[in-house]
Amino acid sequence: MPAVQETVEQVRSIDVDQYKYGFTTDVEMELAPKGLSEDIVRYISAKKGEPEWMLEWRLDAYRRWLTLREPEWARVHYPKIDFQDLYYYAAPKSNPAPKSLDEIDPAILETYKKLGIPLREQEVLAGVAPENRIAVDAVFDSVSVATTFKDELAKAGVIFCSISEALREHPELVKQYIGSVVPTTDNFYATLNSAVFSDGSFVYVPPGVRCPMELSTYFRINEKNTGQFERTLIIADKGSYVSYLEGCTAPMRDENQLHAAVVELVALEDAEIKYSTVQNWYPGDSEGRGGIYNFVTKRGDCRGARSKISWTQVETGSAITWKYPSCILRGDDSQGEFYSIAVSNGAQQVDSGTKMIHLGKNTRSRIISKGISAGKSQNTYRGLVSAHRRATNAKNFTNCDSLLIGNKCGAHTVPYIESKTASAVFEHEATTSKVSEDQMFYCMQRGLTQEEAIALIVNGFVKDVLQQLPMEFMVEAQKLIAISLEGSVG
Amino acid sequence: MSLLEIKNLTAKLADEDKQILNGLNLTVEKGQVAAIMGPNGSGKSTLSYVLAGREDYDVTDGEALLDGENILELAPDERAAKGLFLAFQYPIEIPGVGQMTFLKAAINAQRKKNGLGEISTPEFIKLVNGKAKELGISQDMLRRSVNVGFSGGEKKRNEILQMSLLAPKLAILDETDSGLDIDALKIVADGVNAMRSPDRAFVVITHYQRLLDYIRPDVVHVMAGGQIVKSGGPELALELEANGYADIVGKAA
Repeated sequence: MPAVQETVEQVRSIDVDQYKYGFTTDVEMELAPKGLSEDIVRYISAKKGEPEWMLEWRLDAYRRWLTLREPEWARVHYPKIDFQDLYYYAAPKSNPAPKSLDEIDPAILETYKKLGIPLREQEVLAGVAPENRIAVDAVFDSVSVATTFKDELAKAGVIFCSISEALREHPELVKQYIGSVVPTTDNFYATLNSAVFSDGSFVYVPPGVRCPMELSTYFRINEKNTGQFERTLIIADKGSYVSYLEGCTAPMRDENQLHAAVVELVALEDAEIKYSTVQNWYPGDSEGRGGIYNFVTKRGDCRGARSKISWTQVETGSAITWKYPSCILRGDDSQGEFYSIAVSNGAQQVDSGTKMIHLGKNTRSRIISKGISAGKSQNTYRGLVSAHRRATNAKNFTNCDSLLIGNKCGAHTVPYIESKTASAVFEHEATTSKVSEDQMFYCMQRGLTQEEAIALIVNGFVKDVLQQLPMEFMVEAQKLIAISLEGSVG
Repeated sequence: MSLLEIKNLTAKLADEDKQILNGLNLTVEKGQVAAIMGPNGSGKSTLSYVLAGREDYDVTDGEALLDGENILELAPDERAAKGLFLAFQYPIEIPGVGQMTFLKAAINAQRKKNGLGEISTPEFIKLVNGKAKELGISQDMLRRSVNVGFSGGEKKRNEILQMSLLAPKLAILDETDSGLDIDALKIVADGVNAMRSPDRAFVVITHYQRLLDYIRPDVVHVMAGGQIVKSGGPELALELEANGYADIVGKAA
């Protein structure tokens, strides 16, 4: 079992409170003035050289936001956020819109290298088979600094670039789809994001095209007191397929930082989108100081018949996680999937789950959620499965399992099920279990150390979900889970 | 030097005051099969847990030397790597963890602690398949999660499989015969007998003579009130079977 061995070696090499990605990069940044106002919205839009309609769209959202209140229904507790005490835009000063890698500040290139994300294509290519290559869009604070393999993707007709670039190069596509899944009026954080989003990734896969490689965005928050508001828009046109992976890290800081992203997916007829997230934002220290507030709205629209959207998430980071990647199953015979592993340790709080909204006929959805709580953390699964009147023969299968490590943590499951059609079949299974002392002793009696035993038991618990991840990330995710649980026993 | 030497071992449950082991003395020689018999509540299972290092017990006095080294301060995994194996009375289920994954992790964990490299996959598979065949363990059982959905007999055979793969110096079998039908009992006994060697010792904890018909002990110890109260040859087990414990335990008390 090499993955477990590797995990353990990695765990050994770090201290309990040491977050591997906690370093900061020293680059000169350009910051918008602190706080939020119409002027700031205009400033961001101007920085990006956006068309007039986009500015209007943002301003509408901003005005709407002023009338909204922060949601309080989630099972998370934190001091009130002062939205005027944040920077809403931070870009490396040297060259906010580099045309090639040579124009990027070497310190930033070094940062991604340290994170294990090579941005130079020749480095990616070294020793990697073509089918295993991954194109990366790297977002540093508020801006996208590089996107790899663009030319090769363009040959297949796939557009993969930062959303700022898409607004300049493909405004008609952006205008057609942005806000069509998560409207500017959706919720407090999504509305805020609509007003101030600074960058993110844009993907368009033309009809009938199977995207030739995995696409990936790597988000890095570096600057202090900065909120990151990225916006991702992925459109899979008729009969196309794309697999996309998102990764994120941030430096260790004593104060909390806000991350309020919006991700919109659109799958047209017969198209399929597979969206995977490995979320490893800084979780704060074991006492709950610092860490990222991850308030994210992710939603996919299976707009066409027989389309399919699949969310897979491995959530190990953030002080607070509030996210519900959802599927609107609009097209007849469309399918939605949600596979989730949410690990919480220390003082982390997670309130996460999904919504499967069945609108079309014969729509199917599947939810597999594995929550692991350790330390003093609280881990809540919150999910909605609903069938519209018209959604005849809708089917859902939900399985929510919670695993507790130690006796100071909590696991909560809050499922909502609503069916307005008699022909819908919804199944819900849930279990809560504990890593027992018996299991630990049994493994240790066979020679495994405490860390090895925990890694083995937990990897067994999450196996069904890990298998959904692209191969390269499965091992990575396994390691990440083990590291996140370091110090959770004994 | 004796393989196992227990001197004046005194132990209690961590969260209770009641002593369960009361100055127990026991010596097990290399190559020996030592049976420990005794009535319910005499402390037999506690002895096996304390030797293996289960956290729920506090050792308040005494020592246990394995190959001359006191093991009572070591973590359970370190004791395992030094060659101590416990076949559990109630083997534990680990959902989602495949048998092969578990067996390989255990072998490699012990090899690593003993300064050896990892076992190669072909070597491992050959080893497991060979032992599994001897113990009547099907490929299907090897594909399942550790002990999940196993019958009582399958669980016990699985313990013996682990024992033969890990090849310990000292194997403690805690009521391995409980819940076994006669056919399964024979398979388990054959597995143990095949492993008898001049360098290895077995401590066989049992209530019944029946198991000892198949695994012939060199010595039989009777335990009562947290102590060894009588020791003798195989005939002692037969005597107990005929007369019960009351006689011996009564005298000792």
